[in-house]
Amino acid sequence: MPALPKRPGIDTLAERAIEALIRLCGVSAILFIFGIFFFVFREGSQFLFHGFKFREFFFSQEWYPTSQSHVRYGALALIAGTASVTLLAMALAVPFGLGTAFFISEFCGPRAKETLKITVELLAAIPSVVWGFVGLTVMNKLIIEIFRTPIGLNVLNGGVILALMSVPIIVSIGEDALKAVPDSYREAAIALGVTRWQLIYRVLAPAARNGLLAAVLLGVGRAVGETMAVLMATGHAVKIPTSMLDSVRTLTATIAAELGEAAVHSDHYQVLFIIGILLFTITFAINLAADLIVRGVRRG
Amino acid sequence: MFQATRFSRRKRRYELLARAVLFLMTLLIVAPLVLIVGYLVYQAWPILSLDFLLTNPRNGMRAGGIWSPLLGTIYLVVISLLVATPIGVLAAIFLNEYTRENWLTRVINMSVLNLAGVPSIVHALFGLGAFVLFAGLGKSVLAASLTLAVMTLPVIIASTKEALAAVPVPFREACWNVGATRWQTIWHVVLPNSVGGILTGVILQVSRAAGETAPIMFTGVVFYKAIKEGDPFAYSLFGQCMALSMHLFTISTQVPGVPKALPYGTAVVLLGAVLAVNALAILVRLRLRSRRKW
Repeated sequence: MPALPKRPGIDTLAERAIEALIRLCGVSAILFIFGIFFFVFREGSQFLFHGFKFREFFFSQEWYPTSQSHVRYGALALIAGTASVTLLAMALAVPFGLGTAFFISEFCGPRAKETLKITVELLAAIPSVVWGFVGLTVMNKLIIEIFRTPIGLNVLNGGVILALMSVPIIVSIGEDALKAVPDSYREAAIALGVTRWQLIYRVLAPAARNGLLAAVLLGVGRAVGETMAVLMATGHAVKIPTSMLDSVRTLTATIAAELGEAAVHSDHYQVLFIIGILLFTITFAINLAADLIVRGVRRG
Repeated sequence: MFQATRFSRRKRRYELLARAVLFLMTLLIVAPLVLIVGYLVYQAWPILSLDFLLTNPRNGMRAGGIWSPLLGTIYLVVISLLVATPIGVLAAIFLNEYTRENWLTRVINMSVLNLAGVPSIVHALFGLGAFVLFAGLGKSVLAASLTLAVMTLPVIIASTKEALAAVPVPFREACWNVGATRWQTIWHVVLPNSVGGILTGVILQVSRAAGETAPIMFTGVVFYKAIKEGDPFAYSLFGQCMALSMHLFTISTQVPGVPKALPYGTAVVLLGAVLAVNALAILVRLRLRSRRKW
């Protein structure tokens, strides 16, 4: 942008002030990212460096934070809980999300496209606590009826709810990725007489590969970090699930369920913050990877 | 003239199959929205009334309405957006108007993306550590609102940036050429031409802030608090409040013996408010798009 002529006096001063403010706000996102890491780390740091056992945390499934005789903080079962629910959610959400993205992008007229995109947007707007409530009432009943189990709050319930929650993000980002494929690719393929399905899986899917991968990654990030829905829908069993009908508890749900009861700055309280650091690190890595993948597309 | 070969028939079959399967997938994604909303409204119907909105929960939250959580949610949403909107808009102005692509903007953009992906429960931990304990606000409406503000900030930045980028560069050049400073250009030309887009982004965050539970449950929202019915100023900035989302969680999981319609009614009010706000944003967007002259 061209250099602008400077005007003397109060105007310049006001301009300087507003520019400084804009610069400060401009870097606010960086400040908050560091702030989040700093404060979460700060609350958990004392225990992290004194008495925290990494081995126990990652490899033991004995989570007894309030035991009178022998307190243990083994988070393996919680990690397995998060992993199982996320895996099931992705097994459902990835094919359905990408399928819907293909359908909206390639098989719809402009009107249907607009309607479907709005619907997906509304689906994304449903609050997680309402999803949790749906899991607690509707899904719970359905699972008890269909599978004849005594309780329907389990991996299956949480997985389906999480799938529905992460589908909108996969659809909208996947659709963006497909839109970014140059029309000349489509025209060239159609000129060769391909059907739309051939166009999708021979031309568009490979061309938009990175964008679609990023969409899936962001969906995973969403599923790993989701709290209220899984808190309400997966039951409260701290154990490694052996089937889809086992109740589990995720990392996020553990923080939400136990933080209120843990005394401030006690070991238990600090371990919950350490789980927070773990979650922050996981989602940070996922988002960074997604960002780098998309950026790679633009450059290449 | 053209004989359908076996190859072309197979090609067509695949095409039809793909179309059908993808359509079914889309239907299965879209159907839950309609089914869920329909089912919730059906279950909540007997209890929905103006009285339900305007009376406090009573009898250990087993009777009465949702006045105090409803007002609490309004407080949290309004205060959080009052904080997040100016910061977010100025940040977007910085990114779009004051810098070119360089390492700093790349780091900022990456931070915005990552901030949007931080799990809501980690936001709760941050709010507890930073606002409640470190800043000494205690568990209060203000601390909870600030936590929500940090959470909504990245999306406001992203949507505002998009709205600013949609204003053509010649608009700015014309303004500079008559001697306006950079800020004057932004204030008199860029912002008026993008206010609709900015507004849409902010409106969408209303529904996001209203629906969140995890970030506020340890930073200022309590299970139960009775307030004066009909008084819109019943909460104070430094006191605690109730919130709809938290209330739904409480009465559906923590309190035994709640009549069935009560949580459904709360869910429908929350969902209805969120969907209505979203629909409003979509309408604004469609209207703007049809009226845009460039």
